[in-house]
Amino acid sequence: MNIVVCLKQVPDTETQIKIGPDNKSIVTDDIKWVINPYDEFGVEEALQLKEKFGGEVTVVGMGPKRVTESIRTALAMGADKGILITDDALEGSDSLATAKALAAVLKDLEYDLIFTGQRGVDDDMGVVGPALAELLGIPNLSLIVKVEAAEDGKSVKVNRPVEGETLVIESSLPALITAQKGLNEPRYASLPGIMKAKKKPLEEKTLGDLGLDAAQFGEGARKLKILEMTPPPERAAGKIVEGETPQEKAAELAKLLHEEAKVF
Amino acid sequence: MAENKIFAGGEFLITDIAPEEVFTPEDFTDEHKMILETAKDFVEKEIVPNIDDLEEKNPELVGSLLAKAGELGLLGTDVPEEFGGLGLDKVSTTIVAEGMGPAASFGVVYGAHTGIGSLPIVYFGNEEQKAKYLPKLASGEWCGAYCLTEPGAGTDALNAKTKAVLSDDGKHYILNGEKMFITNAGWADTFIVYAKVDGEQFTGFIVEKDFPGVSTGKEEKKMGMHGSSTRPVILEDAQVPVENVLFEVGKGHKIAFNILNIGRWKLGASAVGGCKACVTEAVKYANGRLQFKVPISSFGMIKTKLADMAIKTYMSDSMMYRLAGMFDNKLAVLDVAAKKSGEENAKTIEEYAPECSITKVYGSEALDYCVDEYVQILGGYGFCAEYPAERYYRDSRINRIWEGTNEINRMLVPGTMMRRALQGRLNLLPAAQAISKELMTYSPLSVQLPDTPLALQEHMVKMSKKIALMVAGVAAQKFGQNLAKEQEVLAKVAEIVIEIFAMESGLLRTLKIIEKEGEEKAKYQIKAVKAYVNDMVPQMENWAKEVIAYVEEGDMLRTQLAGIKKLARYQPIDAITLKREIADRIIELESYPF
Repeated sequence: MNIVVCLKQVPDTETQIKIGPDNKSIVTDDIKWVINPYDEFGVEEALQLKEKFGGEVTVVGMGPKRVTESIRTALAMGADKGILITDDALEGSDSLATAKALAAVLKDLEYDLIFTGQRGVDDDMGVVGPALAELLGIPNLSLIVKVEAAEDGKSVKVNRPVEGETLVIESSLPALITAQKGLNEPRYASLPGIMKAKKKPLEEKTLGDLGLDAAQFGEGARKLKILEMTPPPERAAGKIVEGETPQEKAAELAKLLHEEAKVF
Repeated sequence: MAENKIFAGGEFLITDIAPEEVFTPEDFTDEHKMILETAKDFVEKEIVPNIDDLEEKNPELVGSLLAKAGELGLLGTDVPEEFGGLGLDKVSTTIVAEGMGPAASFGVVYGAHTGIGSLPIVYFGNEEQKAKYLPKLASGEWCGAYCLTEPGAGTDALNAKTKAVLSDDGKHYILNGEKMFITNAGWADTFIVYAKVDGEQFTGFIVEKDFPGVSTGKEEKKMGMHGSSTRPVILEDAQVPVENVLFEVGKGHKIAFNILNIGRWKLGASAVGGCKACVTEAVKYANGRLQFKVPISSFGMIKTKLADMAIKTYMSDSMMYRLAGMFDNKLAVLDVAAKKSGEENAKTIEEYAPECSITKVYGSEALDYCVDEYVQILGGYGFCAEYPAERYYRDSRINRIWEGTNEINRMLVPGTMMRRALQGRLNLLPAAQAISKELMTYSPLSVQLPDTPLALQEHMVKMSKKIALMVAGVAAQKFGQNLAKEQEVLAKVAEIVIEIFAMESGLLRTLKIIEKEGEEKAKYQIKAVKAYVNDMVPQMENWAKEVIAYVEEGDMLRTQLAGIKKLARYQPIDAITLKREIADRIIELESYPF
């Protein structure tokens, strides 16, 4: 079973995010970059399926050179090869453009399954997976927490939680699965794995290599424009109700709830 | 290649070293970075959630975590590939040790197992011994321990009473004696035991727990590291097969002291991991704790604490990886045969004995400083076991005692360097003589510094080296062979030398960042070096004067003090602002900032 995992590099969830002076982007200076956690579930699931059925796991990423670090981490976990789509013209691409670039790589690969995360934890769009399935003309199985492949490796049964119930879906292959939290517990990159990853192939491709038109990518080609980024409002400080006696305090509290908080 | 220059141990005191000649954490390869992530992840996900259980001394849990660490390769960085390890460089080993820093008692289990428990076999075992023991130790199936200390032989390790006598049939050594304070004793499978053959020849043995006559005593009740096992190991007519003699009969001291050298620097590396965790935990608390309606991190005295913790950590971090790089450069030129030779390994490790002592003392004291301020920043909560600060505080204390007390290590720094000077291995004496000549014409007022960000600090590091050489020279001249008995003098010289290595490591690392990435990227590192040198120069001058005042009198005293004053001439800079700026950065990032 050949599996492709699409991987996005995102800021570590513990990073303090600061909005840039243009109010439309974040300051990237102090950011620690990691594999998008939902994509990591995809890597783990792909590795488990490979252990059972054999085949190859290919990791495809897109973005600046630093993304190779995340691809290497996936290789250290056990994936077989990596591809990085990197091109200055990609800077500022939206989800649809990303899906198009990934589709261009995937059309030359043999695959039975594709994993993406259900969304990136950075901008929470959740579009790339379904868009990619659409572009490739294969079934899209979103928000999956369990994957069972048939013994012959020709179909999958997957679980999606819906309103506290479980929807079980069966699909022929090839198909695309977007991974949801709960799918698995990703393994660590072991030290032997890290040393082996050094020798695994990691190919870089530009838009030109993929036969794509640069005009369809980047900031200028965005279908969605970011107008403004604002930080969440700061929590206001609490208030201590003044008063000599409990009765006085209760009266003051009731007054504040009515006049200031306007809860009744 | 310049960056692979091999330095002699202690050479930093007499040589100007270029930034590209030291290894720094900024030089990590992608693999190094991933190894650090794996070690940190392991500690965060497997150890930290289990700390309460581990503190109860849970052998099953320790065993399973050790096996898990083994599976990830964390126990095999020093073990050659053909024996189930990874045979990685010393930088990788240092990285794993640092990662284990915040692992509480498990860090001790790990440190004793991979360091003193396994390395004697790695460096001094024969091929059969390596094949028999290393795969099990590297996988974590077996746990290792090290038995040097005895009730009457602590710092004076060679005074061991444990005796080994060859059995009548010549097949076994019969060991009798008692070893004290043995880490991992309660769950170890192998013990590296030192005993004197026929009461004379100090020798290392590999002893398995199931050999007849081997047992352990009662667990010690300790101040800290509650999750580690510390017991006496009792040898009563213990039968150790002759093939388990490690290295050669009568050469145990070569194993013992060189393994301790490595243990010292690994301890320092692990302390760095602890320091970084303290800074991060302390600032998180300080940002969240309100007093007088503002976070306590907005107070100047809290800022000074955060900055001083981070600055010392930065120096310590820079020292550990610099030393790792020095080892790697030296090991890189050994051929396969040399790597298998106990003599060659001993020689290589011994080279950096002074630096190993320096990093041990500095690393353990930086950690003690950090845990103390961590508790202080948390106030009453820092004293309560509900917060980790209390455990950090107790756990840290042992580091100044084991792996050679900081006192014996302080003696060893100038002691070893001066012995090498007398042997002609290290050119301290000509350098010291040159300074007294130079002093006659040297005028600090005529010094012209270039317009570079750390020119003054580079100059003061150079001057500090001269101060160290001058003081050591004066003391050596006065006491000659008896200098070893002048512990107070040696200790002051050691302080100066240790701080020189600290300042210089931080300085060279920062200069390297400036060279590679520009001044802006090194902004806070520059502030750290400036503030640290500003703190240290007056201290050094003081230590030097104390020695001179003890050694000299009359005109000589006045002349020498004038010399020190010239060398240490320095106009203080505004370190309060520097530390505030560093603290603001820590507060903004809510973590160790470098």
